Amino acid sequence: MKAVKLLGATAVAAVLAGGYAWAQSKTLTVVSWGGAYTKSQVEAYHKPFIAKTGIQIKSEDYDGTVAPIKAQVQSGKVTWDVVDVELADAVRMCDEGLLEKIDVKALPAGADGKSAADDFIKGTLHDCAVSTILWSTIYAYDGAKFTGAKPTTIADFFDTTKFPGKRGMRKTAKINLEFALMADGVPAAEVYKVMKTKEGIDRAFKKLDSIKKDIVWWEAGAQPPQLLGDGQVVMTTAYNGRIFDAALKDNKPFVIVWDGQVWDLDLWVVPKGSPNKDAALDFLKFATTTEALAEQAKWISYAPARLSSIPKVGKFNDGKTDMAPHMPTSPANFKNAVQNDYLFWADKADELGKQFNTWLAK
Amino acid sequence: MHLPSYATPLERVWHYVFLTLCGATLLFLIVPVLVVVPLSFNVEPYFSFTKGMLTLDPKAYSLKWYADILDNGTSGRYASGSWDWFKDVWNNAQWVIAMKNSFFIGIIATMVATVLGTIAAVGLSSPNMPYRTLITSLLISPMIVPVVITATGAYFFLAKIGLVKTYVGVILTHAMLGIPFVIITVTATLQSFDRNLIRAAESLGANWYTTFFKVVLSLIIPGMVSGALFAFVTSFDEVVAVLFIADIEQRTIPRQMWSGIREQISPTILAVATILIAISIMLLSTIEMLRRRSERLRGITTT
Amino acid sequence: MTMVAEFAATAKAPAPTGPILAADGVPLDKKLAQVTRRARINAFLLVAPLLAFLLVFFVAPIFLMLRLSTGDTVVSTELPRTAAALRSWDQKALPDEPVYAALVADLKDARERQATGKIGAQINYVYSGARSLFVSAGRSAGSIDAPYKQALIDKDPLWGDPTLWVMIKTTSQTTSPINYLNAVDRTLGPTGAVAQVPEDQRIHVTIFIRTLWLSFIVTLLCMAFGYPVAYLLSHLPLRTSNLLMICVLLPFWTALLVRITAWIALLQNDGVVLSTAVALGIVDPANRPQLVYNLIGTLVAMVHVLMPSMILPLYSVMKTIPPTYVRAARSLGATSFTAFWRVYFPQTLPGIAAGGLLVFILSVGYYITPALLGGQSGVLISNFIELHVSKTLNWGLAAALAGLLLVAILILYWLFNKIVGIDRLKMG
Repeated sequence: MKAVKLLGATAVAAVLAGGYAWAQSKTLTVVSWGGAYTKSQVEAYHKPFIAKTGIQIKSEDYDGTVAPIKAQVQSGKVTWDVVDVELADAVRMCDEGLLEKIDVKALPAGADGKSAADDFIKGTLHDCAVSTILWSTIYAYDGAKFTGAKPTTIADFFDTTKFPGKRGMRKTAKINLEFALMADGVPAAEVYKVMKTKEGIDRAFKKLDSIKKDIVWWEAGAQPPQLLGDGQVVMTTAYNGRIFDAALKDNKPFVIVWDGQVWDLDLWVVPKGSPNKDAALDFLKFATTTEALAEQAKWISYAPARLSSIPKVGKFNDGKTDMAPHMPTSPANFKNAVQNDYLFWADKADELGKQFNTWLAK
Repeated sequence: MHLPSYATPLERVWHYVFLTLCGATLLFLIVPVLVVVPLSFNVEPYFSFTKGMLTLDPKAYSLKWYADILDNGTSGRYASGSWDWFKDVWNNAQWVIAMKNSFFIGIIATMVATVLGTIAAVGLSSPNMPYRTLITSLLISPMIVPVVITATGAYFFLAKIGLVKTYVGVILTHAMLGIPFVIITVTATLQSFDRNLIRAAESLGANWYTTFFKVVLSLIIPGMVSGALFAFVTSFDEVVAVLFIADIEQRTIPRQMWSGIREQISPTILAVATILIAISIMLLSTIEMLRRRSERLRGITTT
Repeated sequence: MTMVAEFAATAKAPAPTGPILAADGVPLDKKLAQVTRRARINAFLLVAPLLAFLLVFFVAPIFLMLRLSTGDTVVSTELPRTAAALRSWDQKALPDEPVYAALVADLKDARERQATGKIGAQINYVYSGARSLFVSAGRSAGSIDAPYKQALIDKDPLWGDPTLWVMIKTTSQTTSPINYLNAVDRTLGPTGAVAQVPEDQRIHVTIFIRTLWLSFIVTLLCMAFGYPVAYLLSHLPLRTSNLLMICVLLPFWTALLVRITAWIALLQNDGVVLSTAVALGIVDPANRPQLVYNLIGTLVAMVHVLMPSMILPLYSVMKTIPPTYVRAARSLGATSFTAFWRVYFPQTLPGIAAGGLLVFILSVGYYITPALLGGQSGVLISNFIELHVSKTLNWGLAAALAGLLLVAILILYWLFNKIVGIDRLKMG
């Protein structure tokens, strides 16, 4: 008797659970990196979009792992409608036919009337992706830990005799190799030229070797400020916006060293076969206007991808901090900067990732 | 474990070494679990005992991390304790949502696993079951195969049939992982089950239905319940399949703890852990009670 | 139908002359066979729903996943002419003009379908740099003239690398060993012969060995410390042993993530252990040893998590050993050590086998503990499978690694079945 009841209850519950799944597809699922960054998007894009169109947005966090997009597209059951991805992933997935094409002409013109194609910073528009921000991987240190000399160059990050203490680094080959080479004296402009050679890669790993025992590896963007705050490391590589956020909101004495910054783009993409494709494209148009991009910069220190947005960037939402000096693109910060070479990484990510893991395991 | 009076000095020394070793191992097992409890009341956001805590200064203790469990994710607009606040907590607090998901997924997965597992166990214990060893091995294998492999397979498969990122997908996978425990416990109960009771019932005119529900089921209920508890704990404890299959909507407590540990480790996790320990103590007591009851019923007396 | 009625019926029948007949006149042995068959079917029908459930949601998905390891259809469908032309290539020297011509023709079509990236990405998993090679060749395929071989090599010397062609050939086959080769740090050389990958890329064998070695150490430690505890528990009076049993059962019933959290709280840099050690002056505060996010952290936590799985089977075996044997040995003049080693210990071997194999099997597949506590030096093979599934998207390689792990597990499982017997598996 009980078994029959149990079966009945199970069936009912299964139907209920199925109902949940069905109800989900009525809203737009926007996937992004979480934390302060997602919050800036929610404030600048999601909330006004919901207010304007009545379409609900479910904001979801991920850690940059694009496997779900591949799995969803290949299975034909796409549940992510809009995803915020890195440039290399956008290009690679576009090549593999996993993303919807985005027509540049459909994007709104700039506030000054310039067409989208001219208004976006060169290299920020792609076949399947529209860029929103320009962000940067930098390194930051805890100002309270260095009373005398302070680190100022990328070489100082690798100098554990002059600045002793643990270092935080992202557990990937990407960007760490660039940092290592620049610290080893390679000018920013030549980093990728050197990295295309076997000797260049060996040189980078050798430089990483010199501080390997002092490295604490992080994986999620929220970790570096945490590591600095807990005193687990004295300096760490990080995304500039996260450090800005921690320094300003939590009043931490964190200082960003812009020398040798590696900048990259974050772009919106729409996985191919999204059932809400039209709404997703509407959202994309809405979320890449001059005003929307400028608005986002009020919430986090990433530079907008439209030229017309830059002069509109005002103060942080606390109403007193001027945002311009905190942008990766600000002239003082942009002196020794290199753009992450997505073509290089699209080719070499597998090989160097393996070499990196081998190196880690040694 | 008394030392006999005729023990040699060497035996005496060994006896105490042995007891110390056992004591140390038992402490190694229990201390990590218990140490979490006082730390979760630490007023400071550190994972170590402060001087104030050691001197039992009440100011060094606080419930703020428990409050954080309820507040995390809420709008913070309502006064604590008001009806609106309660609604906000119930619907929006991340840990509360995770807790609801854990119970929902766990309970339904347990029901599926228990029903399917018990019926199968009855078949497996029949002396006439063909290919018993082979089939039993297969039914137990979800416990043996690494969860990463099970979860990857399930992930690709569920994506194909559109069940990835749904409650159904997570529930089915969890049921699968819980089934071996039900099979093992129920078969164990059935092993000591006297099949003559079935023959007796049948010879007294009971049909299969009556025999099953009145005789078999009532005797294997303790095994079923402890199997169900194992299945529930398996689901309640499971992260890998959830990582692969679940969406943020199906986020469970362990999943929430996983991102907490990986990204932002805070004493709130210790508070959640303390609550989970309390739950395990409850489960453990239930199992122990069942075990004793079943032993009494079978007339096994242990003194 | 009841047995009583049947019995009455046969009793009334006349004394049998031929074969013994059942009530309905069927020979008894035939009837018996019928009844047994029905019982077999009934038993099987009870198991059938679960069996079907597991076949659909467990066995089939794993098989489907493992199929990814033996090759992908991307290259063969996107480069059909090249695949066909390469079939007869003997891999001794660079392919000839017709193969290059077939490739250019294929690339021209693929370009129209926007598939060059897909092909490149697939081959890039086994040949670094193939992605941009295919994309740029696809872009210029329309403007390349014969002789194609020379034209392509002039464009990029990589087209003259025989290894590239070996890789195109192997990825265009319906079954290719390349993923399994990669999973054991091997690859195909320029003539198609198996070769080791460069030294700085050899990772998987290291990780496999580390996984097996760590599992072995964990099993050994669990045994070394678990055996005495099980012995103590089974020899104490029930009241005391029940109390001490809580120390074993409570961790067993506590969520894995809770136990991991606990170990982080204990072992991290400013955690309980090191703070206490510093306060006691044992450890220099400026030079704290790293106890977590490395192999030590993984090892300690795994021993803690798996110890109950060792103690419980040992305990249940020891409980059934009558104390009289040891007493008899002692009274016959054996020393306490001899009595233990020659009489008691052999009787606990089933428990040791059960616990040891179970702990070993479980630790070989560990994922969560090394992922959270392992840092860089403490990750295991499961973590690499996850890495290739979700980060590098090299699903073929992930499936090959999973396949190898699964084979190892199944061998151990078979051993467990042989030595211990599946029905000896007990919980709690």
